Formats: sequence, structure tokens, C-alpha cells
Amino acid sequence: MRRFADLYRRLDRSTATLDKRAALIDYFRDAPPRDAVWALWLLSGGKIGGAKAKIAGSGELRAWIAAESATPPWLVEASYEQVGDLAETLSLLLDDPQHSDDAPLHVWIEQRLLAVAGRDEVTRRDAVTHGWRHLDREQRLVFNKLLTGALRVGVSQRLVQQALAELSGVDIALLAQRMLGKWTPDEAFLRDLLSREALPGDRAQPYPFFLASPLEAEPASLGDIDDWLLEWKWDGIRLQLIRRDNDLALWSRGEERLDGRFPEIERAAAGLARNAVLDGELLVWHADADAPAAFASLQTRIQRLKPGAKSLSEHPAKMIAYDLLELDGEDLRERPLRERRALLETLWADSPDAQARIALSPPVAVRDWAAAAILREASRARGVEGLMLKRRDSPYRSGRRRGDWWKWKVDPLTIDAVLLYAQAGHGRRSTLYTDYTFGVWDGEALVPVAKAYSGLDDAEILKLDRWIRANTLERFGPVRSVTAHHVFELGFEGVNRSTRHKSGIAVRFPRILRWRHDKSAQDADQLGALQALAR
Amino acid sequence: MPQDLIVQRPEGLFCPAGNFYIDPSRPVARAVITHGHGDHARPGMGEYHGSRAGLPILQWRLGQQQYHSYEYGESFAVGNARLSLHPAGHVLGSAQLRIEVDGEVWVASGDYKRQHDPTCAAFEVVPCDTFITEATFGLPIYRWPDTADVAQDIVAWRDECAAEGVAAVLFCYALGKAQRVLAELHAFTDTPAWIHGAMVPGVEVYRAAGIELLPTRAIDNDARGTDYAGQLVLAPPSAAGSAWMRRFKRAQTGFASGWMLIRGNRRRRNYDRGFVVSDHADWPALLRTVRETGARRIIATHGNTEALVRTLNDAGLRTDIFRTDYSGEDGSGED
Repeated sequence: MRRFADLYRRLDRSTATLDKRAALIDYFRDAPPRDAVWALWLLSGGKIGGAKAKIAGSGELRAWIAAESATPPWLVEASYEQVGDLAETLSLLLDDPQHSDDAPLHVWIEQRLLAVAGRDEVTRRDAVTHGWRHLDREQRLVFNKLLTGALRVGVSQRLVQQALAELSGVDIALLAQRMLGKWTPDEAFLRDLLSREALPGDRAQPYPFFLASPLEAEPASLGDIDDWLLEWKWDGIRLQLIRRDNDLALWSRGEERLDGRFPEIERAAAGLARNAVLDGELLVWHADADAPAAFASLQTRIQRLKPGAKSLSEHPAKMIAYDLLELDGEDLRERPLRERRALLETLWADSPDAQARIALSPPVAVRDWAAAAILREASRARGVEGLMLKRRDSPYRSGRRRGDWWKWKVDPLTIDAVLLYAQAGHGRRSTLYTDYTFGVWDGEALVPVAKAYSGLDDAEILKLDRWIRANTLERFGPVRSVTAHHVFELGFEGVNRSTRHKSGIAVRFPRILRWRHDKSAQDADQLGALQALAR
Repeated sequence: MPQDLIVQRPEGLFCPAGNFYIDPSRPVARAVITHGHGDHARPGMGEYHGSRAGLPILQWRLGQQQYHSYEYGESFAVGNARLSLHPAGHVLGSAQLRIEVDGEVWVASGDYKRQHDPTCAAFEVVPCDTFITEATFGLPIYRWPDTADVAQDIVAWRDECAAEGVAAVLFCYALGKAQRVLAELHAFTDTPAWIHGAMVPGVEVYRAAGIELLPTRAIDNDARGTDYAGQLVLAPPSAAGSAWMRRFKRAQTGFASGWMLIRGNRRRRNYDRGFVVSDHADWPALLRTVRETGARRIIATHGNTEALVRTLNDAGLRTDIFRTDYSGEDGSGED
């Protein structure tokens, strides 16, 4: 595990993408394949064990370290509060062993951790304490990261793929495609992943999604509006629909297969006139409605593995298609959007059996950017989030690459809310109070309505951190309640009714827009104002 | 029950029998100063009492004042209190204060450490009835690595920077840490280090005291065209991100501090490297020192006092906390 711990240290230490890529290339060049594929798994956010094959729960780890280090539980908690990262806390509470065990990564994972997954507590505890007793601090940190579940080392999927592409000579787009969806971290997978031959499995895989970037500049800076295709920005989930002969797959952007959850979409896909891969948005849309249903309605469907008749009729799903990535087995992604769109329209027109549940995202036709801005203002009334701007001659890229696809969302809704609770952040913010809970007035009481983690600059974060420490009312584990004093303007995308929240509502994508030094807690908004926005 | 020999007042820790303050934060007539760091030695006191070894540091930091200095272990009287100063092992001249009144003995530790430090006298255990201890790093996560290992890491880092053609700028406090790092490095390298202009007086004070340091060259603010690639440069933390850094066309930055033990601290401040070197006692050293003094009552002053106090309470000791204005829990203070 030494080699992987060194990689972790190099990645953790560096903020420069080039250095990180160099570290990844060094690692993957030298690591034995069985280690390398586990490293790939972990760097891609994969976990060891899980709900069905538990190795160690967070509570167990705290109890075990308390015993192992002869530290009382309250002091383990106080230490965790200072460090802000459980894996790191576990590593720091122990002294280094005389001799470190240098078994490779895959041995630690396969023979020592996965071998005890799901077993009785004593067996699992023995496996974990064996690691603690035989690994030095840097290896222990990585070992503990395997147990707590997330590396969080600032490496994007794309960066890992760049390193692998450079080493193997395999095209990065193909690598990305092969890594989509579920895979098993074994040597066979790695061999196929890095194979320069076309593999049969390649045909069953989805394409990496192309993601739009938020438009920050004036739209006029994009040039002639005729070079751009404008569409509504739908508030659903991104969907890739694959129909290759009898093979049918629905993929969400989270790289999850949604097969079985949306039978009406699968039936429609079977009605497509030709083999095709479509990119679009999944929504709940009633047959007679002129706008999609609220996002909450779609959420009830996503959660159901096999929806019943009631769910199907109350929340009927529909795909709004806006791109065509493959037709009759031909990859169209390098063709310009205008060609792909024309082929999509023809395919749709030729597929009457699909049309009830697959629709085309209509182009929004406007004369100029000023007219587009006026239409965008009315987005909320249409149940959309704003406009999408797509360059008509652009290829279908992968990942979030700026320049060809922009999302031009309506300005957020805002409220003024009072800071009520604070908790230490993670990673580089682990020793600062940066996770905030805000409330608004419900009569004489403040009720929590939103959590937000971002929106303040570093100087404001430091200032607020000091204030929080000096104005703590109570501590609940890592959370502090503070004097109701500071008011913040929060932006959010919408409000849903919720039975799971004390306030009866849930705000979507809250973030801090401004610290309102000019306002006192009494000036914060009323809950009624939020309830009126709920849908 | 004997009277408390030291009580807390707004100006700082006060000894009624001797009518003096220890490291006061506001101007008072008579002050005993444990060491020269800015949060302990402030201007504006009528009289300054301190160790002879620390006198040049006070003179450098505070200029002309009314000083009274004493050898370590020398007994002297202030009011009705009998006092003596004993090495604290924190920085050059740092002292613990022993106070005896009517057979009752209290010791105020000031800042201290138990690790070896070639730049100052080693901590002396002074038996007492009540021990006032610092608790800057009062949590069991704080366990210092061997400083010689860290010094080798710094040399290795400088060599990596040389291979990349960039400067290695190491931030450390100008009093104590810089000199300790220079002394520790001397065991592993002879290549001179560059130092920031603000560090020159402190380095000279240590050299004048006969302490052997790695040779240094001061960075001349007017000099142009010096190539710092592959060179180790020591600078105070306040220089980070300042215009002064522009002279290094390409540089990696490091920080030598006990706070660097926690990754979040390093990442938050955007240092490329953190080197764990502290002039404070780590958790095992705090517990060991409390035990060795034989004190029945422990008063914790600054840092993570709650955790230390509760741990000692559970071990059957009587404990209290004095809240002082020394470096806070955000880790911004000198260590």
C-alpha cells in the first residue's frame, strides 16, 4: 500500500493539475495491474464494502480507536471536531509501529478487508486493528480512507482518464465510455479498459454526457444569434436512451441505469424506427398539460424500482429529446449539431409509435438576444429553468467543456435568512465552521429552512468562523447553535413542499449570495413568503 | 487552605504577594516576562523581569526599557514572593516562573516543550503544588515527529525544488522557529539559506548567544536578478502572498508549524508543504510534564484547555482554567 499512499500524498499536496496528472501517470505506469485497478476504483469514487458487506461503521471505528489508543470516547469526539476528517483523526490518534507492513494495496483490500466484510464485529475489528498496528501514519491515513469511504483528494474523473489515455494510447473518449456504469475492479476490466482493439462490450455502453456551463457573460458576446440553437432548459433529469436492436438501456447522468423504472419510456424507445442513441431530459408530464410537473413529482418516480399502476398514471414520464448521438450504429458525435438535429427530427417523424412518450425539445425562435432575454424572464411560468444556448456547428463533446453549450438560467429567487447553526467543513475547510444552517421567522420563532456551504469568500469565512466560536449558544456534537444575529441573502432555484422538513418546505440549491451586514435578525423574511412560492 | 498565589485579572495573571503580573496584556507597573514572543512580551510595562538568556531578545523586540534579568535558578524576591526562573525549552531565554510564598510553591510554565532543541536550554522539571500549564496542543491527535526527520524532509524538499528549478520558500516565525530550523538543518546540509530581512536581527541575536546555525544570507530588497531556483528561503508567514514574493519567479511554499500536522490547516492556507515543527509540548509531553511536577492542582491557560482539564480531572487532579489573550484556537499565533 506504500505506493498508493505515496500517490495519495502527492495528489493531496498539489493544487496544480499538471502535477496531479504527472503523479497519476507515475503511479499507473509502475503499479501492478491488480493494485492499479483498485486505485482506479477508489479514485473514481468507488467504495470498499458497503451496506450489504459492512467492514466498519463510523460509530464502530470511533469505539475501536478509543480502545486501541486508550482515549476516552469524548476525547475521540473532541479530536474529530478539531481535525474535521474521521480517517485523519483515526490516523493521528496512534503512534507509528516499529515496522510497517508493506503488503500491496490489493492484498489489503481483498484479503484483509473484503474477506471480513459482513462478518461479526470481533472479526471485522481484528482486521481493522491489524491495519492500525502495522501501517505507518501515511499508509494508515489511506487505509482509514478505505474504511470511511471517500478519498476526496481533488482528482476529477477526467484527470484520471487523461493519465490513462496518455499511458495506454487509448482515446480518452473511448476510455470514458468504457468506464461508465457499473464495473468490477479486476484485472480483466483493466485489460479491456486499456485495450486498443474495439471490444464487443463497447457497443452496450453509453456515451459520456456533454455538460453545459453557466453563462456568465452577456449573451451578445456570443455573436450572431443565428449561429445558436436556443431551447428551454428543462428541470428534470438528464437521460441517455440507447436502443440497439433488442438492447435497450436508460442511463442517467449519474451513470446509473434506470432500466425498469420508466416502462413507458422503454415502450416508446422500442417504437423508434431505427437503432439510435438519444440525449434528452426526463420529466413528468401529464398528457393534457402544457408544462411539465414539478421536480418533486419526478422524484417519486425515480425512487420506485417497479412503479405500480397508480404511480404510472399519477406521474407519467416523458422524454424531451434534444440530441442524437448515434444512428444505425454510426457515431454522430463529431458531426455538427445542425446535422444531428436534422437527423433527430427525421427519426422522430418516422417513429409515430414513439411520439406519445418521446417528444422533441422545441427550438425557441427569436430575432435577437434582447428578445431571448424577455422570453427567459418568463421561464418560471413555463416550468423551465431558463434557456439553453447551443452552437449550431458544434460537435457533441464530453464533460463540462466551455464554449459550445451554455445554460442561461433565470436569476435565482432570494430570501434574507438568519444564521442559526454552524458545523465544521471538510477537506481544506475542515478546521473552519463553513457549513451553515439558516432560518426565517415563523411568528416569534426562527425555523431552519436551508443549509448552504458556499458563497462567501475566504476573508468572510474566517471572520464568520471567529464570530461563531465567540457566539456559540450550545453544542450538539460537531454542530454549534449561535446567537441569531447575522443575516444572509440566500439564492435558490425553487421551493417544494416537504413533509420531511420541520418548516414544511424544502428549498432547491440554496447558496449564499451576500452577507447582509445592513440587516438585523428582525429584518429576515417570514416563512409565509417561502410557502407562497412552493409548488 | 492557602491563598492562591496567582489569580486572573483583566491585565493578565497576577501575583498578589509580589504585586506583579506574568506576561500581562495591558500596561502594568511590574511584569515578569516568560519569553519574547509578541503575545507574551508587550511594550508599556514599568519594570520588566526576565531571564538573562532572554534579555537580548527583549531588547531587540521592545527596545530600551527598565530590565531586571536573572540567571536560571537564581533566587530573587519581589514583594513578599520568592521567585526563580527555570528553562522552559520553548525558545532562547524562555523561562518558567517558580513562586514561593510561605512554603507554598506555584510554577507558571509560560510556553514550553520537551523535545530536544539545539537553540535553547532544555525544560527543567520544577516540583510544585500548583502548575499553570499551557495547552496550545492539548488534544491526543498532537504527537510530534522527530525533528531530525523533519529537517531531512526539508532538505529533500529543497533538493526536489532544485530539480524543478524553483525556489523553496519556507515560512516560519522569526523568533525561535526560524533559528531552530536553521540549527536542525545544519546537521544535514552546509548550503546557506536565504533569510527575509525581518529575520536578520533575530538570527543575529542567536548567533551572538553562541548558537550554531546554518550559514545565512539576507535577501537584499534592492538587489535585482538573483536566481533563487533550488535555494532554501526562510520568511515570516506574513510574507506569504505579499509583493515580496514576486522576486521568486517560481517557488514552492512550505510552513513549519505544529498546526501543519492537520492537513486541513495546510490546505486552507494553500501551502505546498507542511512541516511539523512545534515549540510547544504535544499531548504526551503535556501529560508527562504535569505528572513529573508532582502538582496536585493544575491550571490550564491557552489552547485546548477543556480537553486537558477534563483528562486531568478524570485522573483525580484538581483543575482550573485561566482565560488569557495568548494565541487562539485558529492557529494564527506563534508556535
